[in-house]
Amino acid sequence: MTTRVGVITFPGSLDDKDAARAVRRAGGEAVPLWHADRDLHGVDAVILPGGFSYGDYLRCGAIARFAPVMTELVPAARAGLPVLGICNGFQILCEAHLLPGALTRNSGLRFVSKDVRLRMESTATPWTRQFAAGQEITVVLKSGEGAYMAGPVTLAELGARGLVVARYAGANPNGSAAGIAGICNEAGNVVGLMPHPEHAIDALTGPSADGLGFFASVLLAAERT
Amino acid sequence: MTRHDTVARAAATPERPQPHAELGLTAAEYARIREILGRRPTDAELAIYSVMWSEHCSYKSSKAHLRQFAEKAPPTEALLAGIGHNAGVVDIGQGYAVTFKIESHNHPSYVEPFQGAATGVGGIVRDILAMGARPVAVMDALRFGPADAPDTRRVLPGVVSGISFYGNCLGLPNIGGELAFDPCYAGNPLVNALCVGVMRHGDLKRAAAEGPGNKVVLFGSRTGPDGIGGASVLASASFGGAGEGAKRPSVQVGDPFMEKLLIECCLELYAAGLVVGVQDLGAAGVSCATTELAAGGGVGMRVDLDAVPLRDAALGPAEILMSESQERMMAIVEPAGVGRFMEICARWDVPAEVIGEVTGTGRLEMTWHGELIVDLPPGSAADDGPVYDRSALRPAGQRELAADDPSALPRPAGAAGLRAGLLALLASPDAADKAWVTEQYDSYVRGDTVLAAPQDAGLVRIDERTGLGIALATDGNGRYTLLDPYAGAQLALAEAYRNVAVTGARPLAVTNCMNFGSPEDPAVMWQFAEAVRGLADACAALGVPVTGGNVSFYNQTGGTAIHPTPVIGVLGVHDDVRQRLSLGFREAGASVLLLGRTAAEFGGSLWARIAHGHLGGRPPRVDLDAERQLAAVFAAAAAGGLLAAAHDLSDGGLAVALAECCLAGGAGCTVSLPGDPFTSLFSESSARALVAVRPGCEAAFAGLCADRGVPAAVIGTTGGQHLAVTGGFSISLDELRAAHRQTLPGLFG
Repeated sequence: MTTRVGVITFPGSLDDKDAARAVRRAGGEAVPLWHADRDLHGVDAVILPGGFSYGDYLRCGAIARFAPVMTELVPAARAGLPVLGICNGFQILCEAHLLPGALTRNSGLRFVSKDVRLRMESTATPWTRQFAAGQEITVVLKSGEGAYMAGPVTLAELGARGLVVARYAGANPNGSAAGIAGICNEAGNVVGLMPHPEHAIDALTGPSADGLGFFASVLLAAERT
Repeated sequence: MTRHDTVARAAATPERPQPHAELGLTAAEYARIREILGRRPTDAELAIYSVMWSEHCSYKSSKAHLRQFAEKAPPTEALLAGIGHNAGVVDIGQGYAVTFKIESHNHPSYVEPFQGAATGVGGIVRDILAMGARPVAVMDALRFGPADAPDTRRVLPGVVSGISFYGNCLGLPNIGGELAFDPCYAGNPLVNALCVGVMRHGDLKRAAAEGPGNKVVLFGSRTGPDGIGGASVLASASFGGAGEGAKRPSVQVGDPFMEKLLIECCLELYAAGLVVGVQDLGAAGVSCATTELAAGGGVGMRVDLDAVPLRDAALGPAEILMSESQERMMAIVEPAGVGRFMEICARWDVPAEVIGEVTGTGRLEMTWHGELIVDLPPGSAADDGPVYDRSALRPAGQRELAADDPSALPRPAGAAGLRAGLLALLASPDAADKAWVTEQYDSYVRGDTVLAAPQDAGLVRIDERTGLGIALATDGNGRYTLLDPYAGAQLALAEAYRNVAVTGARPLAVTNCMNFGSPEDPAVMWQFAEAVRGLADACAALGVPVTGGNVSFYNQTGGTAIHPTPVIGVLGVHDDVRQRLSLGFREAGASVLLLGRTAAEFGGSLWARIAHGHLGGRPPRVDLDAERQLAAVFAAAAAGGLLAAAHDLSDGGLAVALAECCLAGGAGCTVSLPGDPFTSLFSESSARALVAVRPGCEAAFAGLCADRGVPAAVIGTTGGQHLAVTGGFSISLDELRAAHRQTLPGLFG
């Protein structure tokens, strides 16, 4: 049976079509999920895509965490459902306290859209198992509030417990603490990533096809369970 | 309670003085309104006519000239909707239609750069949406005063962040555009925004109200006191030189989140078949939408202005009619569909309200607090505004300007001088790397961007299965156009056409944004008339029709106008985007060829400006037949997979083009210059391009060029980490990169 990966559309989601396309390209079935639906439609994994949910008014992701669909998603994520938040999705996962820390204004105070190199730090999550530890990949970063921040204790714990999923290789593009580009929760099933793997699934339209690994990984993970 | 002016009161008080001059209407125009109505207009009617008859909305000074675009249009079957609609619509095959348009938001962007530029994007996106299409990409053509002027440091970052904010939040990839600097744009920056949308043939929507009894629905943002009189007070007058802050309330404020919802909501409404006619609210807001919808359908309309959802309850009827609050649309809906229409709007959290209905009276009637305050024939405001045949006179000094030839200017001596000259051009703000700007724009969203800045054209995939795509480029050169408006407009078209062609796409259609000074100045009017004539003639010669566009007059402060600056957008179709050509030299061992003829042409060139601050002489010779042949070579070469790189030659000539090819792909090259080294490097002769041929394809490519009569000279080979000129100089890519990259960050942080 084809693995079914839900992609949530909030008002203001922008990269939902791209995330769905990446799921299909990897061989899965993309299931559209609507913010106002208290229903995950039995999907095997969920992606919170990039964009400006609810206009990012108040604070990025701060309103989206109260969307009806989140009342279903949060307990499912705590119970082990693979969840990937990309960019605005990462911000929402932090606001929902599924991941620690917060995303803050880029150190350069401007929106940054560019190709970036990432070094994969953890391959122990359902979203990254197809990568090799230490592997460098090229994906797209595009955000205004992409600098990851957390308290010193949290940062030390993330490092010590292997919860940093990816770091920027080379120059830090936005002032993220410890060059962090993505993290996961203690169980590893919830991953937040600031750059966009869904924009790097084909060298024709992206900087590489490296991003496909995230989507292929979760299909593999779902098949095994 | 304030007593509002009603139709009855207007009839009873014919002599009451009215502020027509303050609203931008001349005495003659005011008299004509009285004649049309057979009485004095009410305050609300005066508001409608003042915005609808403004230069910005009525094209009263340009109409007589713009007719040439239709009269001289080349025969084409690709045009599904032409000039006069919100945007032109072009058939690109496989059942797809594309609609695109460029529009100015110059004045607001100077007064309030961030919001001015942001709402410029928002407005053009709604134009595309109103045609029934899904917007798929945007571009921006920007021109500012000197890069190092303090005011440019206020205006440019604000404009760029406004575009970044609005476009990024909408989820539309920004696929390219222009950035240029010239002292003539100090105080009058040009912010021209382009949007392109895609639909299936059957999805085309019209801005026409039909069927008496059908409902008029206003949906989107609530109406507020922003942008009041933007079309008349702001866009249709010159700046006075001081106190522009007072015009700030005439600039609108944008909410891209609402616009994103509006896009998705509209597309769902269209798909559900609920929309009989639709119009976006841009310049002149409710006045424009109601008069154009009614006039477009040849019907009447009754509107209850009390039903318009307001952000500020204190607004009166005239303000409601003139407000340019953003993110609003107006639809005509059959009564049976209104319930479903409202459900879809609610699903997207888009406020919607029935504010009136279509009638068979042929009159636009509006009420306020139950009293009739507007009763006019809608066509008189929308279509039958004044038309002026303004006097046009060749400016004094135009001949002297053309005679001031740059051939006498001192030229760099020897290899060291040429080397320094190349680096100076590459580091000049006009030719420098634009990453400081383009890295603030999302070019990836929607996942179909195949080419974006710094490529010659943006290229967007339309059909993932077949590879069908569209290419777009905008170009303009105020220096060329000042020297010769007829030729300058043609050169702008030729460059945009060539930029589209070098990707392998077939140029198909044209949009234009004509940025000029005051039409009341006969010298400006001469520039305008010449530019329109040149553009219309060139479109006919190249076989690409103008599908729509925009005129922006009054780009001047006091008596000083900007250089005449037609900005031309060309749309092309790419049969298979997987075969696209791009500009970077990537691999070693490819032959480098220069295509086209090079003459000593330096009038208006980047070299004359950077090296000598000189502007005079004649612009490069226009050769439209050569442009056509060159384009045909690229289409065939792309389809045959013959080329590793292709790049158009323009500002800065071969010197800048070679450097850009090396830096974009990371491989150097070694070339021998075919003629006089200075002319070879810096001339700006048109109809030229630089290519790298895939090893093994040299003969096939030479054959293509020969068949088309395109001169092709092998000048070198790609490879190494230097741009090397045999017998001349050599520059490492690191040094080139440093010169190219540091300028804009150095200026803007």
